[in-house]
Amino acid sequence: MMEDLSKRVLAGDIRAASRLIRNLEDQIPNTHLAMREIFTASSNSHVIGITGAPGAGKSTLTDELIATYRQDKKTIGVLAVDPTSPFSGGAILGDRIRMLRHSEDEAVFVRSLATKGSLGGLSKAVGEGIHVMEALEKEKIIVETCGVGQQEVDIINHAHTVVVVLVPGMGDEIQAIKAGLMEIADIFVINKADRDGAAKLYQELLNIVAMSKKNGSNAKNGWTIPILKVGSVLEPKEFAKSVELLRDKIEEHYKFLIESNLLAERKRRKAAAELNEALWATIFEPVLNELQDQGETEKMVDQLVAREIDPYTLAEEVAQRYMKK
Amino acid sequence: MSNRRIRILVAKPGLDGHDRGAKVLARAFRDAGFEVIYTGCHQSPEQVVSVAIQEDVDVVGLSCLSGAHKFLFPEVAKQLKEKGAEDIIVIGGGIIPEQDMPALYEAGLKEIFTPGTTLDSIVEWINTNVTARA
Amino acid sequence: MFTKDVLDKSSELRSKWEDEVRKGVAKHADQKEKWTTVSDLGIKRIYGPEDVKNLDFEKDIAYPGQFPFLRGNQPTGYRGKYWTFRMFAGMGTAVETNKRWHYLLTTGQTGLSTAFDFPTLMGYDSDSSKARGECGKCGVAIDTIEDFGDLIKGIPLDKISTSMTINPPATVLWAMYCASAELQGIPLNKISGTIQNDILKEFIAQKTLMCPPEPSVKLISDTIEFGTKYVPKWNTVSISGYHIREAGATAAQELAFTLRDGIEYVEDAINRKGLQVDQFASRLSFFFNSHIDFFEEIAKMRAARRMWAKIMRDRFGAKDPRSCWMRFHTQTAGCSLTAQQPYNNVVRTATEALAAVLGGTQSLHTNSLDEVLCLPSEHAVQIALRTQQILAEETGVANTIDPLAGSYFVESLTNEMEEKAWEYIHKIDDMGGMIKAIEKGYPQMEISDASYKFQQQIDSKEKVMIGVNKYVEEDEKIDIPLLAIDDSVEKEQLKRLASVKRRRDSRKVSQCLKDLASACKKGDNVMPYCIEAVKNYATVQEICDVYREVYGEYRDPGIF
Repeated sequence: MMEDLSKRVLAGDIRAASRLIRNLEDQIPNTHLAMREIFTASSNSHVIGITGAPGAGKSTLTDELIATYRQDKKTIGVLAVDPTSPFSGGAILGDRIRMLRHSEDEAVFVRSLATKGSLGGLSKAVGEGIHVMEALEKEKIIVETCGVGQQEVDIINHAHTVVVVLVPGMGDEIQAIKAGLMEIADIFVINKADRDGAAKLYQELLNIVAMSKKNGSNAKNGWTIPILKVGSVLEPKEFAKSVELLRDKIEEHYKFLIESNLLAERKRRKAAAELNEALWATIFEPVLNELQDQGETEKMVDQLVAREIDPYTLAEEVAQRYMKK
Repeated sequence: MSNRRIRILVAKPGLDGHDRGAKVLARAFRDAGFEVIYTGCHQSPEQVVSVAIQEDVDVVGLSCLSGAHKFLFPEVAKQLKEKGAEDIIVIGGGIIPEQDMPALYEAGLKEIFTPGTTLDSIVEWINTNVTARA
Repeated sequence: MFTKDVLDKSSELRSKWEDEVRKGVAKHADQKEKWTTVSDLGIKRIYGPEDVKNLDFEKDIAYPGQFPFLRGNQPTGYRGKYWTFRMFAGMGTAVETNKRWHYLLTTGQTGLSTAFDFPTLMGYDSDSSKARGECGKCGVAIDTIEDFGDLIKGIPLDKISTSMTINPPATVLWAMYCASAELQGIPLNKISGTIQNDILKEFIAQKTLMCPPEPSVKLISDTIEFGTKYVPKWNTVSISGYHIREAGATAAQELAFTLRDGIEYVEDAINRKGLQVDQFASRLSFFFNSHIDFFEEIAKMRAARRMWAKIMRDRFGAKDPRSCWMRFHTQTAGCSLTAQQPYNNVVRTATEALAAVLGGTQSLHTNSLDEVLCLPSEHAVQIALRTQQILAEETGVANTIDPLAGSYFVESLTNEMEEKAWEYIHKIDDMGGMIKAIEKGYPQMEISDASYKFQQQIDSKEKVMIGVNKYVEEDEKIDIPLLAIDDSVEKEQLKRLASVKRRRDSRKVSQCLKDLASACKKGDNVMPYCIEAVKNYATVQEICDVYREVYGEYRDPGIF
């Protein structure tokens, strides 16, 4: 069944792909079996991360970016990540509403992902979602996410080119996320640049760029983070033009990644993270679950609380037991 | 560990823009713990079907108050079938006269909700009739 | 408004009464804890002089025809002329609608009102792929001036005023009206009527969308300018709260967002067109919802008149009293009607109509009992119209002007409505105006919250709808005759359109459209170009496609 799914994905079946992504997201047991073939078939897709605070206009920008890439006949995959309601666990996934004009274009596959409030799980789901998109041979894969918490910053590690979108007048928020952004940004976009405060924001970003030249991830390789201004979406022609410029910059960055061999480095980074996640999921989680299910965890905690034994010895014992298996 | 949630597409096919009911329902579904894909007003049946498939939803909820349900609802059901996605449940709501209902059920809609239906009863219907597919 | 003696006495009597209340409540607890309006406004057990003590009779109330026009614009009230009985009608083809219009005129209706189908409302022709299944369904389908000619056949355009509920393509339909009048030899300064032409409430509530807000408002200023110069008896914008309310807004939100939309149009006409406020303000009209909460609605309408008068005088420096008049049409609330036990809707509509009359409306549409189920049948329309006639001619409520003035409760509630509405207006001012607020999604989110809250209150039975969550008839069989639009309407309309397209001079059409496009690009007034285009049989969609091409297309961003 699972392998069947992967064959269908590799044959380009959108239904199978969307089901597989859901199984991954929902952590359905044995889904990784399907990933075996998917992974080895993975290709040369360019993964573009688009991140920024809520309300920064990321979806609208993504929509226009899709349109410009479609002019060049590029095939597109989009993973749109929306936050889940902390109360009910439900979510309204509304990002794709801004990309609906592409919904009848078979070369564009848009998939919304809910964050599910699970720590770490999301990054894994996105990483795997990217592989599914790669298996569908999407040339450009866009991951759109809110760049607020650590989770979202982790997601962006899956991207080759990271676009950070900001809008004027967001005040202190930029201060709060500045440190994180500086680390991950390859391109800055000032969206809604017709608004008050655009000049001030530009100045702030210039400072960040100057700082990152000294110690950012691009620093030693000679990439200067460009700052692009995009006007109001309500001036459609101007908007389209500035997004074309953004596309050019993204392409320039991709070329730079390849030429500077940085792409290989980023791919290694992703591979290492995925290996780590896989080890965790395959070795550690089953052990934890088993201990939990058999009530051993509780017993061990009791022992620790009573100071009968130390955690290191307990862990050593467990390790011995499972390693032999 | 599996944590399957029901995924539902709330869509307004056709040209009618009265989205009060659709939006209220989307919020009620979220609060019931579903993952809701909301695509807003003015969708073609083709768009609805394409989104339903790309998002792997369990249910498509259609809302129409313009009287065009007689064409639009069956069209969505038909196109889902054509794409091999007839397992996606289609339900509808809006100003739907009693006399139109047999044809809609015939076309494959599983339930029609008319004005005055409570949010709870719709959520309950979905919880009973839709098992997030394994 | 009261002397200190009166207030002192009142306070003394009030505390005695309060003692009695405490005793009473001890015996019979109140039926519920919170007593609120349908918009969730808290209502006190009683109102007295102290609730209106800050009112200044001259400044705040006065007499009809006197600033701030709280009690009405006309000194004579309904004695000179009842409100206009204006029933909204549109169905299937232009020929069918024309028949319904002639029927309505024979039953004593005094103004016409057109409902268009969705393709027309959105600026698409009947043969567009977007129009599939919609043609003629909930209004009349109009593609070209030929359809329009059938619509107004036999209607004396210089005697009957016609209202057209049309928004993004308002310039096109108005151009058809103007062109038809010219073709009949009636000068433009003789025709009267209304185009709804209120685009901002579409972004906020009804979602009949075409171009982005800014150029859409420009088109409205074009109509204001053209009307001011050539069609002086035409109401060029009907600033509408109706749809805002139907989308789930509270009464105060309806009031505030509508007035703020009006401010936006006035500002644009002044700034963009260089018009003086007194040149055009008297041609702006309003359109409110009359919902089920009786006093809240009356208060809302009274507050609306007073607020608009202040806005025009203080914000825009209007000198002409007519600029300060808020003239408004009212429709009873569609969303208050129920599919269950549909005959109850007659009672709801009658109550809402009474509120509109006591609130001083100039014109009224009463909903038909079957509107929640289908397009109204002729019989249902007749009952709705008779409801108005009974109110006017049997009940005596039109005998005296503003009969509720001076009521402690009504005056206090009127003040409260006004205060709440100002709060919203100031907030939107701070955001930089209504277009900016819409771009931020502010009014949309406020309405979405209010409507969700209301629905939860219905579900929890905190608010009652008879037949829906109380006094429900189990296994009710809804058995009333329903009007259905036959699918043959679509086929017939497609044939008509194809025939016009065959017969017309397509070179002339494309020249007209080119001229229109260049006028749009230059920022010229589009109206003369529109009239020329429709005379040459350009279709509604062909003209709207020019707008979409030049100004861009706006899509629903789905704001919660």
